[in-house]
Amino acid sequence: MPKFRFTHFAAVAAAAMVTGLALGMSPAGAKEKVTVGFIGPLSGGTSSNGIGGRNSADLAVRLRNADPNAKYEYELLVQDDECKPNIGVQAATKFGANKDMIAAATHYCSAVAISTVDVYHKFGLPIIVWGAVLPDITYGNNYKEIHRVNGTMINQNETAAKFMTGLGYQTWAIIHDTTDYGKGHNKYFSENLVKNGGKILGTFGVTSDQQDFFAELTKIKSLNPDVLYFGGLTPIGVRIRAQMERLGLKAQFQGTSGIVSDTFIEGAGPLAEGVLAFREGAPTETLPGGKFFLEQYAKQGYSDPPEAYGAFAFTAMNLILDTIEAVGPDRKKVRNALNNVTGSNAADSITGKVDFDDHGQNTIAVITKYVSQDGKWTVWENSEYASGMRKLKGM
Amino acid sequence: MDGLGEQRIRLGYAQAERHVRPGTDPGRPGTGPAARWSTASSVEFRTRKAHSMDVGLFVQYVMNGLMLGVMYALVAVGFTLFFGVMNIINFSHGDVLMVGAFVGLATYLGVSSIGVENPWGQLAAAMIVAASAMALMGVAVAKYLVLPLKNAPPLNTLLITLMLGTALHEAVRLFYPRGANPQRFPSLLPTDAYSFGNFTLRIDSVILLGTGLLAIVGIHLLINRTKLGLAMRAVAQDEDTAKTMGIDFDRIVLITFAIGSALAAFTGILHGLYYSEVNFAMGLLLGVIGFSSAIVGGLGNIYGAIIGGFLFAALQTLGVVAMPFASAYKDVFAFGVIILIMAWRPTGLISEKISERV
Repeated sequence: MPKFRFTHFAAVAAAAMVTGLALGMSPAGAKEKVTVGFIGPLSGGTSSNGIGGRNSADLAVRLRNADPNAKYEYELLVQDDECKPNIGVQAATKFGANKDMIAAATHYCSAVAISTVDVYHKFGLPIIVWGAVLPDITYGNNYKEIHRVNGTMINQNETAAKFMTGLGYQTWAIIHDTTDYGKGHNKYFSENLVKNGGKILGTFGVTSDQQDFFAELTKIKSLNPDVLYFGGLTPIGVRIRAQMERLGLKAQFQGTSGIVSDTFIEGAGPLAEGVLAFREGAPTETLPGGKFFLEQYAKQGYSDPPEAYGAFAFTAMNLILDTIEAVGPDRKKVRNALNNVTGSNAADSITGKVDFDDHGQNTIAVITKYVSQDGKWTVWENSEYASGMRKLKGM
Repeated sequence: MDGLGEQRIRLGYAQAERHVRPGTDPGRPGTGPAARWSTASSVEFRTRKAHSMDVGLFVQYVMNGLMLGVMYALVAVGFTLFFGVMNIINFSHGDVLMVGAFVGLATYLGVSSIGVENPWGQLAAAMIVAASAMALMGVAVAKYLVLPLKNAPPLNTLLITLMLGTALHEAVRLFYPRGANPQRFPSLLPTDAYSFGNFTLRIDSVILLGTGLLAIVGIHLLINRTKLGLAMRAVAQDEDTAKTMGIDFDRIVLITFAIGSALAAFTGILHGLYYSEVNFAMGLLLGVIGFSSAIVGGLGNIYGAIIGGFLFAALQTLGVVAMPFASAYKDVFAFGVIILIMAWRPTGLISEKISERV
């Protein structure tokens, strides 16, 4: 269990830090030692993403420490937030109270990230979110400490609205679940769609465990939209897609990141063909520096894969290290320098350019368009739908 | 045996028959099915005017509502069956339905893998295996969980079935391959579709609707026209008298559980075919709605269960039609109306003729 060993080590290291004990392994070189941190879900249901992210952040540190030109020797402290807000706040407080901690890459889970931003602000600890997608993490506050390299559901729906109107679709009906997730998607997609000239004929909120959608779908059929937009997760997405067919509803089905999963395709079977969806991030191998990242990752022999957001954790950590190299190990200086990563100062990374807006949100966030083709989520540009060999509904 | 018919019969079919004739009982206006239908259609016609709905669309809503109503009524009839015979509320009914659907799905996958390609053959295999498996499970549940608790407070039986239901859906979630995910249910019926304006009619929907109605009629006939049904009604009414007349109480209970559970499996497969999807959690809400339907119609009365099922479906459909931009509240609306009806008629729309609990 390498995961366990690592956490254990981190805990020991943190304890040593707090009590001011040296671990007796200070580097032989003359380089000053600098501490950086990583927080993610290392146990529980989303731990595969957390461990992938942890390894990726660790990779960034190892590569930097192997670089003879680096000014500092970096040490990575790791905390497990278990994808639970209360545990996340404890971890954030630990980092914040640790005077040696200069900056950290934190959180995959939105619920954790949103509850820790106050802590980082209070302690003045600059952080970069590497996975959580809830817009309010960056946009719900004016904290200078908070940044994010991955996109949000705002970016996702911006791309979706532009892309769909670009294809020539004009009218939409919307079904969304009434959780924060579904409501958020509805809000941002609707805003962007109207901006791009699309027209919304009707919006239907549904509960996230509803079984029968025939009443809503019949209403939608009478509205006769070009596209049915669905803001929600796979289980009811499967039901809606199947029930559209029984009613003879011919609209194009468009989903969100919530349905980009093999489960959707298994559940909907042949009806998944031609369904469109959008997701933050991209398949790692298609990222600008994806190949380099995967090669280096493989060389280190980690026992778990980087998963979808590993590249973002690497980018977040690398950006922290670059900034410390440039301005020195000081929280305030690092914070200000990170806020300056914008416009002509935009940073290059393996995930593409990083350009923070005044909320610390990366505005050049990668969003990938997917279409389900032959039982696989295929990147739109590589699909037969893009090349014109197959046609979307109503095209 | 003749004496039985004249006695006060818990299942109360004969009495119900008398009650539902509208106008015969001025003290209880609008309680029969006929009255319910006229209410429903007048409401729907009103909305039709308000939204200038075309005929095709209207027929589509009616079809959706009927299909949903059959599903709810089948579940409610199941609840009624258990309650009518044994005075127990079997809360595992919804989850037995779900397990039945999964057994049907697994059977379909099994027979397809050994080369049975005829969809009717696959469907027959799925139905037979699922119904028999659930019937056996029902017998086991009755024998080892329900009968031993015969003299315990009814709350204990209610709790034990509630726990059984939880165990069942957790078991499917954990042990069925990728059981936490929605599973695609194959279309085994012809899917030819005919469109009339906004109304799309698929042959399989018609078959499902017809089969569901037939099943309800079948249960009704079984209870009212067969010797077995007579024995069930006798047990329901007075266990001791029934025993003195030579009716084997335990056997009747086991048979009732077998029939009720097989009905659940049948409904589960119908549900899977209609929605093209089954999932481990499908029994939860269906159980609650089926139970509410049985209660609001008058628990222990098969007509009440049917009326309750269709009423609930009509309310949910109406919730979306009448409040298209507040459709998330359709369940709040439907359950709210049910609560009001229950406050108005605590023993249900068609109450038992003689209620011992009063």
